[in-house]
Amino acid sequence: MNRMSRVEPIHQGGLAKYIIGYGLSLVFTAIAFWLALGHAMSVRPLIIVLFVLAALQIGVQLFFFMHVTEGDGPPYHAALLLLGMIFTFAVALMSMWIMAFGTNVSY
Amino acid sequence: MASVTSHLRTPEYRSAYQALKITGFWVFLATDMLLFGCLFATYLVLRTHTDGGPTATQIFDVPGFTLETFFLLTSSFTGGIATWAMRSGRTKLTVSWMLVTMLFGVAFLLLEATEFAHDVMIGATIGRSAFLSAFFTLVGTHGSHVSIGLVWMFLTMLQVLKRGITPQTARKVFVVNLYWHFLDVVWVFIFTVVYLSGVVLS
Amino acid sequence: MPIWFRDFADHYLMWNEGYLIWISDILILLVSLGIVFTLTYLKKWKWLWKEWLTTVDHKKIGIMYLICALLMFFRGGVDALLLRTQLALPGEHFLSAEHYDQIFTTHGTIMILFMAMPFMFALFNVAVPLQIGARDVAFPYLNALSFWLFFFGALLFNLSFVFGGSPDAGWTSYPPLTENAFDPGPGENFYLLGIQISGIGSIATGINFLVTILKMRAPGMTLMKMPLFSWSVLASCIIIIFAFPALAVALGLLMMDRLFGTHFFTMYHGGDPMMFVNLFWVWGHPEVYIVVLPAYGVYSEVIATFARKRIFGYTSMVISLMLIAVISYFVWAHHFFTMGAGADVNTFFAIATMAVGIPTGVKAFNWLFTMFRGRIQFKLPMLWALAAIPAFAIGGATGVMLATAPGDYQYHNSYFLVAHFHQMLIGAVVFGYLAGMYYWWPKMFGFKLDERLGKIAFWLFNIGFYVCFMPMYFLGLNGMQRRMYTYPSDMGWGTLNFVATIGAYLMGLGFLFIVAQILYSIRHGERDITGDAWDGRTLEWSIPSPAPAYNFAVIPTIHDRDAWWELKQRGEADAYKTRREDVRDIHMPKPSGRPFLAGVSFFIAGMGFVFEWRWLAVLGLLGVVACLISRALDDEEEYEMKANDIIDTEAKLGRLI
Repeated sequence: MNRMSRVEPIHQGGLAKYIIGYGLSLVFTAIAFWLALGHAMSVRPLIIVLFVLAALQIGVQLFFFMHVTEGDGPPYHAALLLLGMIFTFAVALMSMWIMAFGTNVSY
Repeated sequence: MASVTSHLRTPEYRSAYQALKITGFWVFLATDMLLFGCLFATYLVLRTHTDGGPTATQIFDVPGFTLETFFLLTSSFTGGIATWAMRSGRTKLTVSWMLVTMLFGVAFLLLEATEFAHDVMIGATIGRSAFLSAFFTLVGTHGSHVSIGLVWMFLTMLQVLKRGITPQTARKVFVVNLYWHFLDVVWVFIFTVVYLSGVVLS
Repeated sequence: MPIWFRDFADHYLMWNEGYLIWISDILILLVSLGIVFTLTYLKKWKWLWKEWLTTVDHKKIGIMYLICALLMFFRGGVDALLLRTQLALPGEHFLSAEHYDQIFTTHGTIMILFMAMPFMFALFNVAVPLQIGARDVAFPYLNALSFWLFFFGALLFNLSFVFGGSPDAGWTSYPPLTENAFDPGPGENFYLLGIQISGIGSIATGINFLVTILKMRAPGMTLMKMPLFSWSVLASCIIIIFAFPALAVALGLLMMDRLFGTHFFTMYHGGDPMMFVNLFWVWGHPEVYIVVLPAYGVYSEVIATFARKRIFGYTSMVISLMLIAVISYFVWAHHFFTMGAGADVNTFFAIATMAVGIPTGVKAFNWLFTMFRGRIQFKLPMLWALAAIPAFAIGGATGVMLATAPGDYQYHNSYFLVAHFHQMLIGAVVFGYLAGMYYWWPKMFGFKLDERLGKIAFWLFNIGFYVCFMPMYFLGLNGMQRRMYTYPSDMGWGTLNFVATIGAYLMGLGFLFIVAQILYSIRHGERDITGDAWDGRTLEWSIPSPAPAYNFAVIPTIHDRDAWWELKQRGEADAYKTRREDVRDIHMPKPSGRPFLAGVSFFIAGMGFVFEWRWLAVLGLLGVVACLISRALDDEEEYEMKANDIIDTEAKLGRLI
């Protein structure tokens, strides 16, 4: 098709997806802020909860906004993102583990 | 590559040529994720190396980063609306929502700039300690990405205004918004790992 | 002589450092003048711009990568000979300590980043689109940009020897030595900027070939029907995209320390030099798998082709490639077992490192099983493939020795390590790339490289390789450290060092024979008329040599693995010839001068950062931004090639039926 010609729009649902996504991300953020700033629980569990909330927000972004489930053909992009996330967490967490000798890193 | 159902697919995917570029951009996002991952790793390792200088609790301004977070989250939402408007084929609406997104992005950057300026004024400079080097580099790299995204969004807006929603401009709107959502994900990690953890671990 | 000139000559041109600099200056001047003169005399400037500097054709980009790789092989090799000459006898003064440091730094950096990487990208570009039945890569413009970023990054780095001074802190460039306090000046900056610039190109190539392989295969070519070289490229690209960002961060943060006064890796204000080591090797280990996997891919193609037998264990080959790609990401700490991490850390990484050898072993056995009961032809590509097997068997075994962390406390940074990694990098990687070069040369240029001269080169290089590096294992076990510019005569290291130097010179001689072979074959090499120089198995051999601009007039439909071979076995080779009625108009990517200009802009910015001339850095960056904006607003990326023109070309090539 000619790259310069106007496209036929699609008939899509309303903005429901986006509004729900926005709402969810505001709620997750608010919970995270409230728990952290209020020192609501002891440090270790609190950090874990904060990370869980962050992970949920990634989900919101990916599924409600970024349309990660769409695309043509097999979902290679999703597989690569997943692998990338595994490597990202590996680099960040394993670096802390490796460098945690002497006075380098405090957990 | 046109099929009977191609009119049912969203505009940015209808041309195989454009769909290829979207896939390529997802792969690029995976590399950018690694880039931030390494900056996070550096921050996590150097977090406590304050050299007797300013610490996290001393420089993190809670109202400031709360508002920054709200601005960026909202701009991600309005960017999503712009994508929706693009898929509905509505040129003016797309451009308007992209403009709103940009304005929230500018607000975010202005707030961040004031935060940094204040830090510098109280002696918390990037060269003061390893902690501050890591903090400013991580958050600053995110801010640079946002700045580049604003210019990119502006150029995309111009093209949509000029040519309307074509297969090419549809893809461009979709991709710049993918970038923008990604930056919001990074920010979620920044406020979790840097700001909130900084406050919690004080 | 005016004082300012004297200062400039000492400071920037290093004329006070001796005859090696003067010789290099003269050679560079002569070669540059020669090139300019030849282009002017033959009136080829416009041709250069139109056909090469603005091309987005993957075949031409591949050739440009190859030429650069061979030139860099020469420079890195000369570096090696200089080092070995200095070490041939104890207590020599051929090279001063500073010069020795500079030369081992440039030797390592050039060989890994500016020889192996472009050589690999050359093979990617030349073979992959043709193997999968595509007309070009997914992003031809980005492909060109990748090449020019590599070119100008390499140019920046190479310039350091004659302008400003080379880096001298090893190719690994560890702080705190590389911080301003201990190593001020442009030398180390050349290292940081040169690699950073070309690294951007590498990431782009990784993205490009990933998308190309995943999305642009010919109809019917499922992933499990794809040739193994393309699989190896896929695996390598997965590692590239996830490893190079770590290098960008490591180099970027060190650059910030040097240029902007940050304290990531300094000795004070809380900096942690060991974090650089950590980040560097997060990239550095995957890097060696990035370069070795395509070599393994070449071996799979070459051994199957020249044993006239399909590869044994295709599925296990694919699985092992993917396993290596993933596991290689979890072994990096074995490069710094002695840095001080806890026993738990070292244990984990030791075991992971040994684990990654297992899939490699699977591959080696599959190659051997492929050859068993095959009808082997000892052509040059096969010779190099065969030579690789014992070389990297030994190298791999010594790798397992190094992987045992307690043992590594003895071997680390001794010549044992030097021998191991050269054995792997030369024996597994370079042999593979040479095999690939000989294998795909006819497809690139339309003629084969002369077998006889090639065999002489092969034997010289191989014998030299063992003579040079086997003694080094024993030198290491006898206590000789790496990166020492000389050694005392009473350590008993003299004989082995002398032998190693002889081996190095033999390798140099072998390389000269390869050059001679190339020059000779341009005139007298056997022409490849059919396009199928080796009676090959995969799609690239079904089209003419060199391939026409559009690669395939009609994209073929695939039914089997080794599709071309199966077709020939069934006597249906004509199925891939061109029928007039099947040819359509096609869209081809438009050439562009912008990638070249972007490269120039990066070069200018790089120079600005290297010498801390801020105005120049800003100017260069503005140029980059201008290129980006110009590209973003450009909407004419393709031109149309008419079906009739394609039919005419196919007719001339004798492919119409």
